[in-house]
Amino acid sequence: MRKLQARELTQTVKELCIESNYNLREDVFFALKNSLNTESSKVGCTVIRQIIKNAEIAREKKLPICQDCGIVNVLVEIGQGVLLVGGDIEEAINEGVKIGYEEGFLRKSVVDDPCFDRKNTGDNTPAIITLKMVPGDSVRVTVMPKGGGSENVGVVKMLLPGTGPEGIKSTVLEAVKNAKANPCPPIVVGVGIGGTFDSVGFLAKKALIRNINARNINEKFKALELGLLEEINNLGIGPGGLGGRVTALAVNIETYPCHMACLPVAVNFGCCALRSAERVI
Amino acid sequence: MIKVNTPLDDRAILGLQAGDEVLISGVVYTARDKAHERFIETLEKGDILPFNLEGQVLFYAGPAPAKSGAIIGSIGPTTSYRMDSFTPTLLACGVKGMIGKGSRSEEVRKAIRKNKSVYFVATGGTAALLSQHVVKAKVIAYEDLGPEAVYELELKDFPVIVAIDYRGKDFYVESLKVYSQEKNNF
Repeated sequence: MRKLQARELTQTVKELCIESNYNLREDVFFALKNSLNTESSKVGCTVIRQIIKNAEIAREKKLPICQDCGIVNVLVEIGQGVLLVGGDIEEAINEGVKIGYEEGFLRKSVVDDPCFDRKNTGDNTPAIITLKMVPGDSVRVTVMPKGGGSENVGVVKMLLPGTGPEGIKSTVLEAVKNAKANPCPPIVVGVGIGGTFDSVGFLAKKALIRNINARNINEKFKALELGLLEEINNLGIGPGGLGGRVTALAVNIETYPCHMACLPVAVNFGCCALRSAERVI
Repeated sequence: MIKVNTPLDDRAILGLQAGDEVLISGVVYTARDKAHERFIETLEKGDILPFNLEGQVLFYAGPAPAKSGAIIGSIGPTTSYRMDSFTPTLLACGVKGMIGKGSRSEEVRKAIRKNKSVYFVATGGTAALLSQHVVKAKVIAYEDLGPEAVYELELKDFPVIVAIDYRGKDFYVESLKVYSQEKNNF
């Protein structure tokens, strides 16, 4: 059994919080650069150039890409051969978030009571933590800070199985249309299909973690991703929502089997500052 | 590129059209959801606001913390529609401009036309770039709100786009007409 100190997990989470907030993902950065070739709107090109320049400034000066440094989603895939010692796993993760947000000069945006007091917790904890046991003796930690603007326009719908791919298409397109400029386009659209009411939302979030150049390995879902991307870009919402061809950089679909009576679908939006970072310890 | 200075006067506002790219210089005040709630509560009680609204520009933003020696941390626009229900009252009290992101309600569009004001948008997700255009910053009210406190900022050539002009022309609506290739339009 490999022993892993909880403080090592804390340190990793801390560093990933800072790294993900300062450095725009390379897949997103290069997709933005390429999108200048397809964008025909003058204002749209201005917006894309600003986003690219912003990413360069943030990386160079070690500044958060966006002032909304998000609520932190942490996915920890723990090898079955690993024994965590020296602390509670969730406490270790939250401690990493707390230190990362303080040392990295990141904005703390989490409020404790969601309905009445809405008082800022002051350290951006708690994180949204997902723990998964996997074979092996290593630990993969993925940190995804997620801003409020893109999160607020997400959708979960329980479709009738008979509506099939058409039902999924119209759910996604409707969500993008309603979101308009609010999720800060060019967006990345994460789509979860299958599972249950609660798990489909996580599938959509997991889809946003995946490299935006990697298509679904299933040919039918790959075709659905590409078809949806084209239809979304025909909507004309454009960069910053100010009109244009480049509304989305990619559509990523993740799926899971589901009950024969169900067809859950979730749409989670990634903004133009889509942030995540991962490390194996 | 059009340059304007704050506080905004009628001459500056009448020169701006939906879709114009503009550089703003001068003082603006940050205000998000909570600050707006407090402004309205204060006005309803007949009390005095922390600053004079006449001709001023509100920036819907809450900055990241400043590193030591820096003027401010990353700062960019938050989604504007959350402020829609408060906006007509503030425009009637003299606010002339707003900087945010995203569409506004029909009530806000009408209030902008009625009060001859202007709604600018900055690009969401460009807060590191935008922070380079802030030359002074200080908290002037509601410090207890943390990132939602009201900051007085001095801007220098801060890049924005006119989303709704004084005539009520909405660039989000106009540009969709041009670029949407959907059969059933919005």
